[in-house]
Amino acid sequence: MRLLTITAAMLVAGMATAETVAPADVQFDEDGAVAVSLTGQPGDAARGRDVFATKSKGNCVSCHAVAQLADVPFHGEVGPELSWTGDNRSAEELRGIVADAKMTFEGSMMPSFYKTKGYIRPGDAYTGKAPKTDELPPLLSAQDIEDVVAFLLTLQES
Amino acid sequence: MTFKALTAIALVAGLSAPLAMAGGADDDTMVINDETEMVTKTAAPAHLDGAVDEVISGWHFRSDETQSLQLDDFDNPGMIFVDQAMDVWNTAEGSEGKACADCHNDPAETMVGVKATYPKWNEEAGEVRTVQMQVNDCRVNRMGAEAWKYDAGKAVSMEAMISLHSRGMPMSVAIDGPAAAMWEKGKEMYYTRTGQLELSCANCHEDNYGNYIRADHLSQGQINGFPVYRLKNAKLNGVHSRFKGCVRDTRAETYSPGSEDFIALELYVASRSNGLSVESPSVRN
Ligand code: HEC
Ligand code: HEC
Ligand code: HEC
Repeated sequence: MRLLTITAAMLVAGMATAETVAPADVQFDEDGAVAVSLTGQPGDAARGRDVFATKSKGNCVSCHAVAQLADVPFHGEVGPELSWTGDNRSAEELRGIVADAKMTFEGSMMPSFYKTKGYIRPGDAYTGKAPKTDELPPLLSAQDIEDVVAFLLTLQES
Repeated sequence: MTFKALTAIALVAGLSAPLAMAGGADDDTMVINDETEMVTKTAAPAHLDGAVDEVISGWHFRSDETQSLQLDDFDNPGMIFVDQAMDVWNTAEGSEGKACADCHNDPAETMVGVKATYPKWNEEAGEVRTVQMQVNDCRVNRMGAEAWKYDAGKAVSMEAMISLHSRGMPMSVAIDGPAAAMWEKGKEMYYTRTGQLELSCANCHEDNYGNYIRADHLSQGQINGFPVYRLKNAKLNGVHSRFKGCVRDTRAETYSPGSEDFIALELYVASRSNGLSVESPSVRN
């Protein structure tokens, strides 16, 4: 049973390995950065682009405009434009921001993407119904986050 | 280089969601049927001190095409439902064999100003009532008819018809006295960050109105136009159903239409609309 659960979790997480850092175990430094890769696997920037732009995944584009994503319609303006993020931020900082932006920006409106509990009136995804489990699956998997970070690092001026 | 890229995106987005340069509410003015001038922007009520300076109708954040549908009753698809409700108004129902009209005569006289003050404390019942609750009270206790389901077709159509007779009047919902406790509860709900996305009403409708979130131009989430005809589902929508959708979109467990939670939230949000003209039935996308 337990083995099955682990296998299922690995499938969901896609690339997860034994080295995957669980949401509760992520170590943020005092500025909110996360030094260690969440999976030990390199991020895939092409996959990260997809996570960023896809509504059912990160849906980051709903709040952030990115000039390099000209093929994706409707960029939001709730958060800052990210077209130069790769010039300004390190992988460690970006990993921390994507995993839990509230550790970098206090009270941020940006959702915490690698978190499973501590919510008020949590629901079962977008159904409006009560959740099936006490802890929710994180919004993004560890590898999704590494992939998004790899994509963000490609966003540079030149 | 960057400029070109930005232009490209604006083109791809069909010009409806340009980047970080959209800029808030438009400056159009609303005159209904070429005669009724509407207040769609005005100084915020005193209780919003420090939160927002101006309250703005959701109409200002919609496209010109959507806006124009609300300007003439012949174009407003919500008016069909108002007509249907007028038929119901005149039809006897229930064990007492009475119609609304038997007690309230012509709504154009007896229902004037009602919507502008609801939700409202009802002394006899000792509760805050929405228009739909009041209508159901008449149905059950005065007509011997069954209550309508909250926010379902007939209930929303009747609310729209009643609200039409306040159109153009300023929202003036009382928040003191016995309604104060419900109002406080609604206020707390408005600022609570719910669901897995941890977003409050205020995050989107107070801190970010005028900004785009994906393809949606965020308004202040005012309810002076409810019930609202939405092009999206081609019907009239009640306030609680709208709230339900917004709460669901924070990946939260929602409340039910007609619940005490949503009554409290409606009272609070209605009070944020104080000063804006009643627009019902409004038209939105
Ligand atoms: C609901 C809106 C929202 C969503 C969705 C969102 N963000 Fe953000 N993001 C913000 C806001 C607002 C800020 C500004 C930080 C602050 O002050 O709170 C921000 C800041 C950032 C920053 C830091 C920019 C800087 O250098 O200061 C990065 C990087 C970022 N977001 C990436 C992402 C990624 C990647 C995703 C998707 C996985 C995402 N965001 C989803 C709202 C959002
Ligand atoms: C037998 C008479 C009777 C019938 C039939 C009746 N009502 Fe009423 N209604 C009343 C009375 C009396 C009040 C005042 C109740 C109060 O103040 O508590 C009232 C109050 C109301 C109010 C609140 C008005 C205000 O100023 O706040 C609305 C709205 C309303 N009725 C709608 C309806 C509708 C819609 C119907 C038909 C579905 C209906 N009523 C049928 C007697 C009736
Ligand atoms: C993630 C952002 C978000 C949150 C959080 C949110 N809404 Fe909305 N809401 C929207 C969007 C998008 C629309 C459609 C465009 C608009 O009018 O802002 C909308 C529309 C509305 C409308 C319709 C306005 C009109 O003119 O017809 C109301 C009322 C409303 N919201 C109330 C609320 C309330 C109350 C809450 C808190 C329970 C809430 N919203 C939370 C995004 C949000």
